[in-house]
Amino acid sequence: MIIFQNVTKIYNIDDHETVAVEDINLHIHQKEFVSMVGKSGAGKSTLIKLLTGEEKPTKGKVSFGSYNVNKLKPNELPFLRRKMGVIFQDFRLLANKNAYENVAFALEVAGRTQQEIMEFVPQALEMVGLKDKMRNFPRELSGGEKQRVAIARAMINHPDVIIADEPTGNLDPVNTWEILKLLLKINELGTTVILTTHNKEIVNSINKRVISIEDGRVIRDEEEGKYILV
Amino acid sequence: MLTTLSRVIKYGLVGFWRNGWLSTATIAIVFLVLVGLGGLLMFNSLANIVLTDIQDKIDVSVYFKVDAPEDRMLEVQRSLESLPEVKSVEYISRDKALEEFKEQHKDDSTVSQALEAIDSNPLAASLNIKARELRDYEAIAGYLEKDTYKEITDKISYTQNIGVIDRLKKIKGTVEQGGLLLVVFISLIAALIIFNTIRLAIYSNRDELAVMRLVGASNFFIRGPYMVEGIIYGITGSIMSIIVVTIAVFYTAPYASIFVPDINGWTYYLSNFFSFMFAQVFFGVGLGVLSSYIAVRKYLKL
Repeated sequence: MIIFQNVTKIYNIDDHETVAVEDINLHIHQKEFVSMVGKSGAGKSTLIKLLTGEEKPTKGKVSFGSYNVNKLKPNELPFLRRKMGVIFQDFRLLANKNAYENVAFALEVAGRTQQEIMEFVPQALEMVGLKDKMRNFPRELSGGEKQRVAIARAMINHPDVIIADEPTGNLDPVNTWEILKLLLKINELGTTVILTTHNKEIVNSINKRVISIEDGRVIRDEEEGKYILV
Repeated sequence: MLTTLSRVIKYGLVGFWRNGWLSTATIAIVFLVLVGLGGLLMFNSLANIVLTDIQDKIDVSVYFKVDAPEDRMLEVQRSLESLPEVKSVEYISRDKALEEFKEQHKDDSTVSQALEAIDSNPLAASLNIKARELRDYEAIAGYLEKDTYKEITDKISYTQNIGVIDRLKKIKGTVEQGGLLLVVFISLIAALIIFNTIRLAIYSNRDELAVMRLVGASNFFIRGPYMVEGIIYGITGSIMSIIVVTIAVFYTAPYASIFVPDINGWTYYLSNFFSFMFAQVFFGVGLGVLSSYIAVRKYLKL
């Protein structure tokens, strides 16, 4: 359902060419749980930006379901993004909105009615175990709780895929496991999950597909793989 | 769609409110532009009324000798009517002139007694000529001074007001040009200020905008609130300007009547209030939306 076909991305900064990813060929199926591993700067984030349409490939084709991502016009991108839930290392919650409002925001911008918002937001927050902290602002939440709010927000539009870009990078081991369990649960319920990380332990313990990236290339792609540092 | 629209308006209002001082300053400059524009519009229409009023009173009259035959006089009328510069020619016969004279002086017993004493009509027939353009009066007067007409015409009079009108027109032209220049100038400053306000708003909302893009907000949803802010600047500025101009006209209208007794500035203003209001709101909102749009296009990545 997600296909990278001979994808190359070259950044041109001050007339200096930097190859971020080169000749990537990937096929990610529906309901798969994929870990993308590699050192910082290996090209993981670039692949995610190419998938969300933030960046356009220099060469090759990225497709997501029926969308040809790199051919989308700016006014079509929002519809693609409503089918993807993205979570980040730095949570990206709005500081002046409480947990409920942060999640509701994703429904508001998608044009959902107030009634739907009042129905779905508590459900999503309950799923991530934060029903009793709905009215708390991000500054009143721990790192793990913030990331759970972000997951609730990512899930609220019922996306086809959850893209988690280093979601546990800022978390202690206990919270890391909480978040990972949540992602596995989401995957079991039928949503594709793409997880980028450099946490060796979690990758090795879940026995799912692992794609290793180094210097912008896929060097290993294994079902039930391990995080092997070269 | 309606939900989205109401949310876009809500976000616009919230942004406007959050920007407090910046919004106030922006409205102040829009207000200034609109007061300038309003003053210019008022000046222009009043000056036009005054000018047409004075112009209407201008004509050339040619008085014929008392014994001039009527068919010769009508011949002069016809030849005048064939001139392209001439708008209208009115023939006033000796009898009609007498009638009008009597009518004008009916309360004055000495005049009517004097007329009775003469026992004949002392008045001359005349032609009243109006030209299409002010500058044509001289040419028409010159045409009447031709030798062929000399034997039947007595005198040609044309009002000396033309100099005054020329001066009035010059003043009007200068004031309008200067005013327009001023309005254009402050409009540019206003546009820059609105532009900058929106730019700052976009900058301070960058986190919110990043999240909006992340969760798939449509372009309309992302850009709309800033356009709404622009509209609010325009509307608020124009409402304030309309109030101030209305008060100003109310208090200055009596003074304007001193110069031109026929015109009541206040009633004129009221009768044109809606077109004036429309011009103000249209210009204010146009200015706000246009500058916001440019800022959004330039600084708001989708």
